[in-house]
Amino acid sequence: MSDRGVGASIARKEDDRFLMGTGEFTPDVQLAGMWHAAFNRAPIAHGRVLSVKAPGGAEGQVFTSADMADIKPIRSTASFPGFKPADFPVLAKDKVRYAGEQVAITVAPTRAEAEDIADSIEVEYDELPAVVDMNRGREPSAALVHDHWADNVCCETAYENGDLEAAKAAAAHTVHRRFRMARQTPFPMEGRGTLAHYDSRLDELVVWMSHQLPHPMQRGIAHFLGLKINNVRVICPDVGGGFGLKTHLDGETMAVCWTSLRLGRPIKWIQDRLEHLVCDADCRNHQYTMTAYTDEIGKILGMEVECVVDAGAYSPWPWPIGVEAATGVGNLQGPYTVDALKGRSVTVCTNKPPSQPFRGVARPGACFTDELTMDAIAHTVGREPWEVRLDNLVPPEAMPYDTVTRKHLDSGDYPEAFRRCVAAIDPEAVRERQKTPEPDDRLIGVGFACFYEQTAYGTGPFGYSAWGIELVPGMEMATVKLTPDGGLWASVGIQCHGQGLETTLAQVATSELGIDPDRIAIRHGDTATAYAGTGTYASRSIVVAGGAVAQGCRELKPRLARIGAHLLQCDEDDVAVENAEVRGPGGSVTFDEIAEAFYHHPENLPDDTDRGGLTVTTGYNDKVHGGVFGFGAHGAVVAVDPETGQVEILDYAIVDDCGTRVNPLVVKGQVIGGYAQGIGNALYEESDYDENGQPLSVTLADYHVPAAPMVPDIKYDYMESPSPYSTMGIKGVGESGAIGPVGAIGNAVNDALKGLGVEIAETPITPRRVFDAIERGRAR
Amino acid sequence: MKPAPFDYARAESLDEAIHLLSGADGDARPLAGGQSLGPMLNLRIARPALLVDLSPIAELREVSEGEDGVIIGASVVHSAVEDGEVPDVTGGLMRRAASGIAYRAVRNRGTVAGSLAHADPAGDWAPVMMALGASLGVMGPEGGRSIEADAFITDPLTTVLEPGEIVEAIRVPRLSDTGRWGHCKLCVKPGDFAESLAVVVRDPDRAHCRAALAGPTHAPILLDGVAGLIAEADGWSDSLAGKIKDAAGSGIAAAGFADTGDRYAMNVHATVTVRAAREALSR
Repeated sequence: MSDRGVGASIARKEDDRFLMGTGEFTPDVQLAGMWHAAFNRAPIAHGRVLSVKAPGGAEGQVFTSADMADIKPIRSTASFPGFKPADFPVLAKDKVRYAGEQVAITVAPTRAEAEDIADSIEVEYDELPAVVDMNRGREPSAALVHDHWADNVCCETAYENGDLEAAKAAAAHTVHRRFRMARQTPFPMEGRGTLAHYDSRLDELVVWMSHQLPHPMQRGIAHFLGLKINNVRVICPDVGGGFGLKTHLDGETMAVCWTSLRLGRPIKWIQDRLEHLVCDADCRNHQYTMTAYTDEIGKILGMEVECVVDAGAYSPWPWPIGVEAATGVGNLQGPYTVDALKGRSVTVCTNKPPSQPFRGVARPGACFTDELTMDAIAHTVGREPWEVRLDNLVPPEAMPYDTVTRKHLDSGDYPEAFRRCVAAIDPEAVRERQKTPEPDDRLIGVGFACFYEQTAYGTGPFGYSAWGIELVPGMEMATVKLTPDGGLWASVGIQCHGQGLETTLAQVATSELGIDPDRIAIRHGDTATAYAGTGTYASRSIVVAGGAVAQGCRELKPRLARIGAHLLQCDEDDVAVENAEVRGPGGSVTFDEIAEAFYHHPENLPDDTDRGGLTVTTGYNDKVHGGVFGFGAHGAVVAVDPETGQVEILDYAIVDDCGTRVNPLVVKGQVIGGYAQGIGNALYEESDYDENGQPLSVTLADYHVPAAPMVPDIKYDYMESPSPYSTMGIKGVGESGAIGPVGAIGNAVNDALKGLGVEIAETPITPRRVFDAIERGRAR
Repeated sequence: MKPAPFDYARAESLDEAIHLLSGADGDARPLAGGQSLGPMLNLRIARPALLVDLSPIAELREVSEGEDGVIIGASVVHSAVEDGEVPDVTGGLMRRAASGIAYRAVRNRGTVAGSLAHADPAGDWAPVMMALGASLGVMGPEGGRSIEADAFITDPLTTVLEPGEIVEAIRVPRLSDTGRWGHCKLCVKPGDFAESLAVVVRDPDRAHCRAALAGPTHAPILLDGVAGLIAEADGWSDSLAGKIKDAAGSGIAAAGFADTGDRYAMNVHATVTVRAAREALSR
């Protein structure tokens, strides 16, 4: 049976229903008497709401913030020095602070009718100047997004470790660059959506949500609506991708819950693509100013950096703004042995949708910054970038290694993974090719990026608890039980929205007990079935839920052994529990037979049968608090058309190390999915605004998500360096693929442009940005 | 993204369609493949009082080939051109153009005439038809008339069609055996609307040479200066490329086709024109 457990590339248990179209997503849920909701949204980015006038004939179908005065203020907090809190409105109150902010909810038997009503609401505004650019937003003359703040800076953090002055004094070279990463939207196939319904039998508000965090949503909805936890159930059914977008308590959900209770009727709101592109343009948008000090050969001695993040209008609950910028500074040294770093982060509020973490959080920004800086260093010292990287990577003999930002890198041979990536790309061959002009006059470039991925972190001095925020992951729980027919049922507090966890968690249990994955049911995404949990984010679920499921299986074993030994009439010490059976010296008894005895024939049980039965609820936390660390190296070869600015990826290699791979097929899928989003980050995706804060990328004609032809096949290789700190040595892998492409592609483009004496320093690397850079070079 | 309320009528004949479109206080729209109108309805950008569905009208799906060329009924879809069901009298140009429109599902429903009549400035068909010298047969309450493709679109989303008029068919002239073409479309993603799209047709036996250019902000234009250079050209050279680039720039500036201060846009349009010309002259 172990050939189906950890390490096996079995097809996902979920695939059948997804491929046959029989999954159940929030929009699929139909309830008797259900009405649909739509929202009237602000057409301007910043303004006072003077009046809201509902159309005649829509009584009881339109609600505004004035109706919802009984909802408690949603206020996200953090312990960053000087952090300025501001309420996150369910519906706009006195002001609207971004174009698309919801002002009123309308409900009707159909969505079209609800939209008709929303369309005919008259809202009078006193328009205010919009804060659109984060740098201008810091100027004293800028309008105030929040009137009770003295300025638009939400918080500033500072970090210093090591002797930067000594690094400066010893430096042979100083490399200074400024990088920008444009605003984006996480782009799940399924948008947000909520269906709320009051179950009078259970006195329970049942909320179906397309979301990643069922239990935190239960807590938030109950608290802000003034209900008890016992009176709220949150179900996150099949969810079509999240990427961080679905980790906050959104105003629409609160409004839907409130309206459903008010009307005593199921209310459903399904976000459409226009709402998604307008209201969820909420991630990235960083600016990094980097100064690196190096020795003669490009070994980095110290770094000085400022990270400014455009956080949008509000701090969502439970993740306040500020975390993004702090994460940016907190990873800037990358996987390199930098001894001194001085960093500062500034988080600025603007009239844009409130910022959310997106796959990788600020790590892609940090990767773009440190990796393009690394190539700039190589250029400065006159060496090849891959040689300089090898001199800076944390060597395997230094593991575990504490970075200058106090990340405890636990294991892995980073230089070897990088060497494999270099071998796959063969940059020397690219150098040869570059000596001859291409037949189509395009320019060829090669680039690399190295990064670590901090996964499954929670408490500790550099975890969530250090930020002083509402939601701190740490202990993760699972319940496992042997079913009456000898199968296994496990419930977990994480949520699976495409990661294949129904399969991989089953494989973990298979490895522990030998039960075939087909006989294991993993239940997730429902506060009524899972004891506790904080959901899925930060590449945590296979590590923490995997650890909890394994622990549960391990705690079941002695109970199975006792009953099995009794049935075998042998001593408990003489039996082994494996391959779904208890084996004694003279024979074995299957789990099916043990379950039969426990559930149906207690007369066959020993007197000292464990009163806990054949079910265990138990928990897991890492042996360290700061998470377990994966590693990746990406390499790219690109062709740049200097006439049109278009970039084509000719070759791409990824070497990834996520420790023990529970299911290599699923791991590769995660890496490729991340790579696709990384390409979007690097080359295509941008949520653009005009000078009044009007969103310009509101349909898929303007917001360019990579399609299949834009995501070339990769050369894929892996290493497996088990973490010493996690169960089975598993590390997370959800974000890894999305971190590297900005660095590798950015460096490859710059390598192609090297002969023109120009560099790109901003994503996405659009044809226009490439052309503008070339023009600037010509002008010099 | 649900449309505002509208009325819907199926037209069983061309006469009925024209009758319906002439009513509704001028607020009726014909519905063919719906691949542009559908999203605009859902975004509530288009709010017609009445949609007149042309799909039942069999005569609009007809294709007839003659010695001079082919007549393509207004309801013929892009994929019929792509697959060669419509005789390609243009030596492969129409099939190339069709295959680059959006993706297959859109091409299966979207119509050639509908695309022209919708008049998205970056639409794929207008520069092809303009370069080929095609014309549109139009029928309306006052009878029928023929409109040259290069005189059809006046502004983005605006044509010379009068209220109640609809496109009946497109007449595409046959390219001579010695006729050659070039087609260069630059877009962010495969299948997107073009950032720039140039089509060159050079048919010396018919004394026909044209260069057409389409982009996102201005109705498509003919570049006569470029066409003149291509007509006289004897093969391809770098110096010709330079001349064509300059001529394209002048033509673009003269027509106000792009903001001359936008160096990227100016460069992209000129470059795409050069590449289409190079293809036509290198075949």
